[in-house]
Amino acid sequence: MKKTLGFGAAGVLLLAAGFYLGQLRQPPPTVIQVPAAPRAAFEPADIAPPAAGPVWTLATPTSGELILVRDGESIQAAVSEAAAGAVIKVLPGTYRETVYIDKDNITLSGVIERGAYPVLDGEEFRNDAILYSGNGVTIENLYITRYKGNGIMGQAGNNYIIRNNVIVDTGVYGIFPQLGKNGIVAHNVVSGIEDAAIYVGMSDNVDVVFNEVFESVAGIEIENSRGALVEGNSVYNNTGGILAFITPGLPIKTCGDVIIRNNFISGNNHENFAIPGSLVSNIPAGTGVLVMACDDVVLEGNIITGNDSVGIAFTDFSLASNAAVDPESDPYPNRPVILNNIMLDNGGNPAPAVRAILAAMLETRGPDIVDTVGMDDGCILNAERFRTIGLEQYGDCPFETTANVASYTLPRPVPARDLADVDTGRLVYYGICAGCHAYNSRLIGPPVQVVQALYNDDPEGIAAYIARPERKRPDYPEMPPQAHLDAATRLAAAEFMLQLEN
Amino acid sequence: MSLPLSAASHNSPRLIARLAVCLLLACAAWPALAANAAGITLNPHCPPGFELVQGACRLRSLYQRYDSLQGAGVGGLKTGLPSWRDGFTPQQIDLGRYLFFDPLLSADHTLSCASCHQPERGFADGMGRSVGSGGQLSARSAPTLWNVAFLQRFFWDARADSLEQQVLEPLFKETEMANSPAALLASLRGSGSYRALFAQAFPDHFSEPTAGIELDQVYTALAAFQTSLVSLNSRYDQYAHGYSDALSERELAGLNVFRSFVARCAECHTPPLFSNQQLAVIGTPEPEGLPFDPGAGPGLGEPSLRGAFRTPGLRNIALTAPYMHSGRFATLREAVAFYTGGRGHAVPAGEDLRLHWHIWEPGLSDDELDQLVEFLHTLTDESLKPVTPAAVPSGLPLMHGPVTPTTGSTP
Repeated sequence: MKKTLGFGAAGVLLLAAGFYLGQLRQPPPTVIQVPAAPRAAFEPADIAPPAAGPVWTLATPTSGELILVRDGESIQAAVSEAAAGAVIKVLPGTYRETVYIDKDNITLSGVIERGAYPVLDGEEFRNDAILYSGNGVTIENLYITRYKGNGIMGQAGNNYIIRNNVIVDTGVYGIFPQLGKNGIVAHNVVSGIEDAAIYVGMSDNVDVVFNEVFESVAGIEIENSRGALVEGNSVYNNTGGILAFITPGLPIKTCGDVIIRNNFISGNNHENFAIPGSLVSNIPAGTGVLVMACDDVVLEGNIITGNDSVGIAFTDFSLASNAAVDPESDPYPNRPVILNNIMLDNGGNPAPAVRAILAAMLETRGPDIVDTVGMDDGCILNAERFRTIGLEQYGDCPFETTANVASYTLPRPVPARDLADVDTGRLVYYGICAGCHAYNSRLIGPPVQVVQALYNDDPEGIAAYIARPERKRPDYPEMPPQAHLDAATRLAAAEFMLQLEN
Repeated sequence: MSLPLSAASHNSPRLIARLAVCLLLACAAWPALAANAAGITLNPHCPPGFELVQGACRLRSLYQRYDSLQGAGVGGLKTGLPSWRDGFTPQQIDLGRYLFFDPLLSADHTLSCASCHQPERGFADGMGRSVGSGGQLSARSAPTLWNVAFLQRFFWDARADSLEQQVLEPLFKETEMANSPAALLASLRGSGSYRALFAQAFPDHFSEPTAGIELDQVYTALAAFQTSLVSLNSRYDQYAHGYSDALSERELAGLNVFRSFVARCAECHTPPLFSNQQLAVIGTPEPEGLPFDPGAGPGLGEPSLRGAFRTPGLRNIALTAPYMHSGRFATLREAVAFYTGGRGHAVPAGEDLRLHWHIWEPGLSDDELDQLVEFLHTLTDESLKPVTPAAVPSGLPLMHGPVTPTTGSTP
């Protein structure tokens, strides 16, 4: 692992080194200016509607149903029993299970009494603490520890809120929403994670705000996502603090419009203890912020201190030297925006690989900011304040704050997944019923015309029959029950079948 | 009908037997059967799973109720499908069905598409490596054809971008059906019944009285038929659409192992198609005695993709043993156990592969491996399996192993 660690960064930085060795190393004189007019406003991409009113409107809808789970009982049993809109309150105690939420609008809420949390304990053999795929989950106030996989793992749920959880020494990722849209990850305390304490991957419109992440390989990682606000987090003593990555080889291949704002990113000097082969195993210890191939990343108002290799680094895929090339992914970052940040005491004790590269440039100290690609479409405010490498072609930024984007979450929740304009009866008839029934000929079951004659004005009759069919015709096989379709879906299919004309 | 002289130099007993059958039929039985087949009317109805809209068959599935992030068709339970091919006419699909089962398409008229893509074996053939013309072994395993309508790339090494491009290889490769474009065209044009069928499938083209069968029409019809092989009605799907009783407790446990970040199966075999359609280097072993297969690396000219293969979908996976690109694993249990054997444990000495980052040491228990297998069995669904024709237009005998009679009539 240590071997691969250096090589990616080394390759990149050596290129940079070769280039910059040839440059005159005399910095340009500082020009003192007083602006005559305010700068323009930040214009977010169209995925970020300007918010009016409260910053967040996202909330899990509730029905009034309340389920209490007490120490010794099963959280999963409560989830299985719950209907959409239920609030499940988990009392302090120890819960040894994996909880999966495959329904919509579930609030899973710990009750904290005088500092005592409900604890989900993986006992070092269970995989993940919480899996969800439903829309509109809230998961809050839980203490999660000793799982092998992820603490909280989402697969394609939209409109989620993950907040106020404590996640300690839990496997690969602490909080891991993936393939969802519109979410909030806030006020969590996450530590001791082999990859990213908080990871947002292949997602759109997510706020990661006011969390504390430490003693993990990566503090916060935004990967192949669009519209992410990372704000107000305390990020310390990780190997790398905050990452914005395109990882090659994933099915959703872009990353962009990431605002990293007002975070405290300090002393991210932890030894890299990543799983061999993982991309984060390439991160040199002492990295504050690392942007790999992600576009339109804005850094504003962060306090970045005491990161021993580098404060902020931009790189291409050369960092991911242990991953196969993906011809369909753009390896280069574009249009970086570095607004005013406070940077102190970075680069004081670079990781060996970084040190070697610096030595080739006759430097011993790591920079505040390095752009290993040498982008020509970046901008920076008050560049003279920082020790930089590779920013020679950066211009002045047209705006100085992104404060007009209070959130990247959507003003309204993503609609329920069931699209409103689809004809469910039609989909069920052609997608399922037609496997056995043709309009006017015998397939496996009787022709639709025969069914129409029998149930002329009685779709309810069909809907009831198909849930529990019984054998009616000796010359046909018995119909398999279709109770897997809910009543409304069965009725829609029956109605569609009765009006069919060919 | 021209006999395959080139193939006759391979003297396998099996081939000789096949040739004998072929000769017999060609000389005696064929004209009679062909006369029968001349009466075929192609099915004017779309196959199950499709609705006829303005003359074209359009896919219908409950998954069309859902969307997906960035329209990519990857996600969790209620996630929309990736983009797909449809819009063929019912007659094109049905013509494709006849062509698919007709050994006339191979050089020596002993192999049909269905020889290696058998409906009764999940549209694969139950072999590690498929047997082609003259008993020759192919380099890799015949992949299932279920849900090819959703694929962006074809073959294990992703070397084709469309079904029409893909089909050229099995038809014309010397180790597969070993035909040539000219011979194939001659066979079809020389077969009395096909012209009428092509005319039903491509009426505009045949409105010209002198028009003949064209190869592009063959490719179109085969693509049309293959895109009708849709499997989205498994018990897993019932669960995904919201029926919580569809899966047993152990199967659910298997689903949770599958999507856990320990086993990480779902990170690449992502629902709803159970593939993210990406290339991945995972380092599976070859069968005993076979050299290392460099996969997509050479074709793409990309050394870092050495040993990379297209992530296959897992629907109907229980029907398509053996597993992996050359069939090294006889059972699903062996296949899932590979992933817990340790990163790179089966990579030959001297190979320096860029193994995918999800290949690690999950330390799955035996019970978890069993649960995974039980879950994979819930992905079986053949409810829209097409009817195998009782006879094909050429009159040649069907050549695809045991055929179980299907309920109902053959259209």
